[in-house]
Amino acid sequence: MERTAIRRRLTWQAGTVTEVRAETASARTVVLDVPDWPGHLAGQHLDVRLTAPDGYQASRSYSIASAWSGSGTGPGIGTTVELTVEQVPGGEVSPYLVDVIRPGDPLEVRGPVGGWFVWKPEQEGPIQLIGGGSGVVPLMAMLRAHAAAASTTPARLLYSVRRPEAVIYVSDLKELAASDDIEVTFAYTREAPPGEQRAPARIDAGLLASVTFQPEDAPTTYVCGPTPFVETVADLLVAAGHDPARIRTERFG
Amino acid sequence: MTVEVPTYLDGNAAAGVLREIFAVDITAAIGRCAGCGQTGVFAETRVYLDAPGLVARCQGCDEVLLRVVTTPADTYLDLRGLTYLRVPNPA
Repeated sequence: MERTAIRRRLTWQAGTVTEVRAETASARTVVLDVPDWPGHLAGQHLDVRLTAPDGYQASRSYSIASAWSGSGTGPGIGTTVELTVEQVPGGEVSPYLVDVIRPGDPLEVRGPVGGWFVWKPEQEGPIQLIGGGSGVVPLMAMLRAHAAAASTTPARLLYSVRRPEAVIYVSDLKELAASDDIEVTFAYTREAPPGEQRAPARIDAGLLASVTFQPEDAPTTYVCGPTPFVETVADLLVAAGHDPARIRTERFG
Repeated sequence: MTVEVPTYLDGNAAAGVLREIFAVDITAAIGRCAGCGQTGVFAETRVYLDAPGLVARCQGCDEVLLRVVTTPADTYLDLRGLTYLRVPNPA
């Protein structure tokens, strides 16, 4: 992480798209090569800026999907950064990233940013990840960092998603869930796959009590998703006796 | 609109803009609200991007903590609502 310790004013830099992968009907993973990338931690963001021919600019913040980087070897190391973008209807930036951008295209980025909603392999205690929709993206970066570091810290992911086709990273998650240290639970809210025992429903206190770490396990809990989802889940966790200081939230409106 | 949907994000949404101004990450810093005196991690403030510029408000009392407005030539930083920001020193 030595390179991240260099402090300088953060500015926009030019990246190049090297790959675009479809994750779901509306979500794409954009792989970027950013030559001066200083490395990042799991859970950090970067900002993307688009400039129209008339000079109009729009920027948005996106969670980084790839694992920590900056030293060592493994996925996400070096100058490669992955973003997973879900198309927002009527959005200014996401439709371009999902539908238009192609390998070889330039993309202006600024980052990494954010030092609060991050997980480092040396952090003590179990980690509970709770994501709603594309809120799974920074949580996936944490699970990838966990795998890349061969961490034995117990980790659980509770992923709230409308229907099976909307699950991002489905094959990666199934692979990670095969590890002894990682448990993955899908909570379908609209439509469940055949064989799923739980009827489609939002996350409630009963589900949290049965599939997440309990307050006495002293987990650090990361909750990411749309604002109402994050507020509901955080309130349920506090009501269940979790220490608010160990709950880290990230809302994306 | 029949449903009240919160329009705010959290302090993380301001991280990039603030990293252009500050040499350190502010989202993990502790801020004290000049309005109600509550202290908290900047990442947990409420950030509104739909104003001209960016506004961060206190989670406790909704007071404006910080505003950032960028013009083609300059960036204006208004810290009126913060008594202090506590930034950890590097180890």
